[in-house]
Amino acid sequence: MDLFEYQGKQYFARFGIAVSPGDVADTVDEAVAVAERIGYPVVVKAQVKVGGRGKAGGVKLANDIDEVRLHAGNILGLDIKGHVVHRVWIERSSDIAKEYYASFTLDRPNKTHLGMLSAQGGVEIEVVAEENPDAIAFLQIDPVRGLDVATARRWVAEAELDEAAREQTAQLLVKLYDCYTTGDCDLAEINPLILTPDGNVHALDAKVTLDENASYRHPEWDEFRATETEDPREKMAKEKGLNYIGLDGTVGIIANGAGLAMSTLDVVNQVGGTAANFLDIGGGANADVMAAALEVINADPKVKSIFVNIFGGITRVDEVAKGVLEALARVSISSPIVLRLDGTNAIEGRAILAPHLNERLITEPTMLDAARTAVNLANA
Amino acid sequence: MSIFVDENTKVIVQGLTGSQGRFHGLRNRDYGTKIVGGVTPGKGGSDVDGVPVFNSVKEAVEATGATASFIAVPPKFASAAILEAAEGGIALIVCITEGIPAHDEAVTFNRLVEEYPGVRLIGPNCPGIISPGKCNIGITSGDIALAGGPVGVVSRSGTLTYQALHELSQHGIGQTTCVGIGGDPVPGTNFIDCLAAFQADPETKAVMMIGEIGGSEEERAAEWIKINMTKPIVSYIAGVTAPPGRKMGHAGAIISGSKGTAQAKMDALAAAGVFVCLNPTEAGEKMVEIVKAL
Repeated sequence: MDLFEYQGKQYFARFGIAVSPGDVADTVDEAVAVAERIGYPVVVKAQVKVGGRGKAGGVKLANDIDEVRLHAGNILGLDIKGHVVHRVWIERSSDIAKEYYASFTLDRPNKTHLGMLSAQGGVEIEVVAEENPDAIAFLQIDPVRGLDVATARRWVAEAELDEAAREQTAQLLVKLYDCYTTGDCDLAEINPLILTPDGNVHALDAKVTLDENASYRHPEWDEFRATETEDPREKMAKEKGLNYIGLDGTVGIIANGAGLAMSTLDVVNQVGGTAANFLDIGGGANADVMAAALEVINADPKVKSIFVNIFGGITRVDEVAKGVLEALARVSISSPIVLRLDGTNAIEGRAILAPHLNERLITEPTMLDAARTAVNLANA
Repeated sequence: MSIFVDENTKVIVQGLTGSQGRFHGLRNRDYGTKIVGGVTPGKGGSDVDGVPVFNSVKEAVEATGATASFIAVPPKFASAAILEAAEGGIALIVCITEGIPAHDEAVTFNRLVEEYPGVRLIGPNCPGIISPGKCNIGITSGDIALAGGPVGVVSRSGTLTYQALHELSQHGIGQTTCVGIGGDPVPGTNFIDCLAAFQADPETKAVMMIGEIGGSEEERAAEWIKINMTKPIVSYIAGVTAPPGRKMGHAGAIISGSKGTAQAKMDALAAAGVFVCLNPTEAGEKMVEIVKAL
C-alpha cells in the first residue's frame, strides 16, 4: 500500500523523524484555516500518489491568505496524470540550504536491506543514479544486525553530506531504518531531506510503501486504508477480500494464483482478446470466494465473457465448481462463463458442473481452448 | 536421479494438526512420501491418522530420523517454525506459507545463512518440491506429475508450476524433480540453485524454467546459464501483458521501470541461449521437440 505524502509524514513522525509542521485540507476554507493556524509563508501541496506533481502545478508557495485561497482553489480538483486531487497538505514553508536524498528498501538479489544516501537530493534519484552514480552512497545492511548510529555516522561522511548536517542526519537515518523495519515498509524514502540555513535537518517529502503482509500487526494502518481512492470495481473487490486489478478489456478473468492469473491475461491477449481485469482468488478458494469473484466481474459493464481458469493445488476444483453453481443461483450473471478446470479434485469438479452446462456455462479442456472460446464470445 | 529429495527422504510436517497441514501432509503420505511425524506444540503424544505428533522439531527428529520438514503454519508463526526446524537438525525445509512479512523473511533468510549454513529452505509461499514417484513435499497434486524424467522443472509461480507439469505429463514427458521456489521477495532457494543441481544431475537432460515479472532473478539466472549450463532450457515468463506499476498478487510481481518486465527477462534468457516461449502450452510443445531429439 502506497501512502500519500501527508500519511508518510505522519508515519515518520511516529518514529521521531522531524517533518515540517502542517495539516491536511479538503476544501479551500479548510486550507485557509490551516494556513492561518501554522503561519505564513506556507506551501500548498497536492496529495496524489503519482510523481511529477510540482511540474503539473500541484505544489505552490503562498505568502498570505489570498494566495492560499487562490492556490488551494486551483489545486483541489486538479487532474495530475489521471489522479484527481481531493486533498491538499499545507505546511510551513522551509528555507533550504541543502537538499539530500535518503531511502531504505529491500535489495532482493543480495537478500539484505539497501540504504541509499546522496548529497544530491531534490531530483529524481533514478536520474542521479544514471548521470552521476558516484553521488549515491549505498549501504548494504544485514537484516539480522540492523543499522547502528556508528555505521550511520560513517555513512553520512562517505556520502559527503555537509558537516553541519552529518550528526543530525546520522540520528535521523537510524530512526528512518527503524520506521522501515519495525514499521514494515517496502520502501521508506525522503527526497528531499533538507538542511535549513539555521542548521536543522528534516524531511520535506515522504514516500512510503507498506508491506500488506504485515498488516496483521499494524492496526494503525486502517486509517491509511480508509483514504485509498480507487477504481469502484477494485473497491468492491477489496471489500470482498479479493485480489483484483481493473483493466480496460472485455474478457473478465478469474484464476487461482498470481502467476496463473497473469498467464491467463497473456494467453487471452495472444488469441486476440483483451482482459477486463486481473483477479487472483488465491489458494483455498471456496464457494463464497468464487461467488464474490463472479459478482465483482458481473458489475463491470465492459465484460462480455468470463474466463475462469483454475488449476487446483490448495484450491480444490470441486469447491470451485460448487461456488460457480452457488453464485449462479444467487446472482444473475450477464455474461457467458467459460471454465477450464484442472488439478486437485478436477474430475469431481467437472462432474458437478456437467449437468448444468449450456451455451452460457461452458467448459473447455485446455487453457488455450478456453481462452479462444472466451475471446470469441467477447468479440462476437 | 532427483535433486534435493529422493525416495528415502524422511519428512515431518510442522502444523500437521491444522487443516492445511493435515490435508496436504496426508496427501503427501498417500503419494508415497515418507511422512514420519508431525509437530504441534502442546499436542505431542497424539497422532493424525496414525502419524505421530511431537511437541518440537527436536523431539520429532530424535524419534524419527527425519531430515526434511514441510511447514504449513500461518504467516505469524512461519519464521519461528523455519528457525526451529534448522535448530532441530532439519537439512531441507519446505515452507508453503503465503503472506509472511518481507522483513521477517529477510531476517530469517540471513539467520539461516549465518547460523545454519548447511540448511536449504524452499519457499516460502511456494508449492513445494516433487520428485515424481519418489517424494512429494507440499501442495502439488501428485497425479499431474509423471515419473522417470528426463526434464527438471523450476518455477517461481505456484499454479504455473502445476500448469508446467501438466503440459509435460500430457505429452508423456516425465520429470526428475520439480521445484516451486515461490514468488516472495526473499526466496530461500533461487533459480540458480536449482539450475546448478539439474546441471549436475545425470538423469536430468533438459530443464523447464517458469518465471514471472518483478525482481531480477531471471536476469541473474540468464547470466549464470550463459557460463555454466550445457543442458537445454525452455522458459516461459508470465506477465507480458501486465500493466506497469501495478502489484499483481504478491511482492514478487512488481514492475518498476523497464527492469523486471517480462520482456526484459525474456530478452536476457534468449540471449543466454534459452528457448523462450509465449505461453505454457508452447513451452510444453517446445520441450517435446527437445526431448525427441535427445
